[in-house]
Amino acid sequence: MKPPKFEYYRPNTVDTALSLLEESGFDGKIIAGGQSLVPIMNMRLASPECLIDINQLHELDFIEADDDKVKIGTLTRQSRIEISDLIKNNIGLLHEAVPFIGHVQTRNRGTFGGSLVHADPTAEIPLALMASGGTVHIASADETREVQIEDFFVTYLTTDVMPTELLTEVHIPIWKGRVGFAFDEISRRHGDFAIVASACQLTLDDHNKISNVRLVLGGVEAVPLLVEGANEIMIGEELSDSLLNKVADIVTGVVDPESDLHASADYRRHLAAVYTKRILQTAYNRARR
Amino acid sequence: MGTHSIKLTINGKHYVEEVESRILLSDFIRENCGLTGTHVGCEHGVCGACTVIVNGTAVRSCLMFAVQTDGEEIQTVEGLSQDGELTPLQQNFKECHGLQCGFCTPGILMSAQDYLAKNPEPSTQELKEMLSGHLCRCTGYDGILKAIQKTVDENKQLALTEGS
Repeated sequence: MKPPKFEYYRPNTVDTALSLLEESGFDGKIIAGGQSLVPIMNMRLASPECLIDINQLHELDFIEADDDKVKIGTLTRQSRIEISDLIKNNIGLLHEAVPFIGHVQTRNRGTFGGSLVHADPTAEIPLALMASGGTVHIASADETREVQIEDFFVTYLTTDVMPTELLTEVHIPIWKGRVGFAFDEISRRHGDFAIVASACQLTLDDHNKISNVRLVLGGVEAVPLLVEGANEIMIGEELSDSLLNKVADIVTGVVDPESDLHASADYRRHLAAVYTKRILQTAYNRARR
Repeated sequence: MGTHSIKLTINGKHYVEEVESRILLSDFIRENCGLTGTHVGCEHGVCGACTVIVNGTAVRSCLMFAVQTDGEEIQTVEGLSQDGELTPLQQNFKECHGLQCGFCTPGILMSAQDYLAKNPEPSTQELKEMLSGHLCRCTGYDGILKAIQKTVDENKQLALTEGS
């Protein structure tokens, strides 16, 4: 298997990368880790005319934190996030999600930003980010802008990032107080694309009532699904079996999965409810500790 | 669509080659450099046979273009043994029946080499998860796991002896 021919550029600065993107327009494509792009190029499902390799942009490879948020550069390797104490201590949900991505060998090369812009609806990083909230920073030759994560995913494999733009970094808020989180997914084998993936983060008040919650499901829609209707009814409540059942009913009603080789739509809908209950219970128990 | 001149080091040896941008690193290693120890299986990052170490990290060579490795340092399975002497890991693959047909072996050796360097005392579960990135169609995982586990145990023993 060989990809079709393409032009290759390897800029050393973000500015050069952005001008190259501007020049190449719709023909240009950024390559970072290449763990999704190269397979689809090898199979000729994608054939960009021009690849702009950002692996030399070391200024985009960082994990930093201040009091309120953690900042992650787009080129940060997934394996670095996996072993980062800063991530583990401040965004436990992301720490829990990353080992589900592919395998050690692909996480060594795959990047944080690459997973976001690829926007596979079952991917782990998009899900974890939707459940934490955050801001995506995007640059082009002309301007820089910020997008809330809720507005970032447009549809299957499509984000708000335009062909001449580069995702540079993401800011993720550090949740304070009695925080609980959970991530889980089901796939036939470890490292496969998830059939259904789930993430949630919540906080409790002093009376063990849920004061904030973000439940997100993957593999059930074209984009990671923030289940707003379910999140609303949990506010001010303690987590009980009857609440879990109500939430599961809402989830079953709103998800609109497709059938494919791996699972039927009905099975995915069933799994969405099962995993919803499971991760909410785990997150709640963790917050109560 | 011109070619690119790249300079890189493979197993300590310097190479200067002209490559088309679309040439995969796996094909470059085998065809341009003649190092056929790196095997090519699925060519889309699933099987792990082509795993090599690039700048100290085990990665799939079928998911990189050779042109991306200009100036970088690569180790392939040929670079493991020194002066005909197998590494302890290789020796244990031999002793524990860690290979049958041998097709997946080079990739697993490179992965394990990198993984053990970074995680000297992994649990069996962690080793299995690391191995999940490699397909052995002979299904010989038991011997493979034993060989890696034995290396871990020997390294621990060695650290103890050196420590005392």
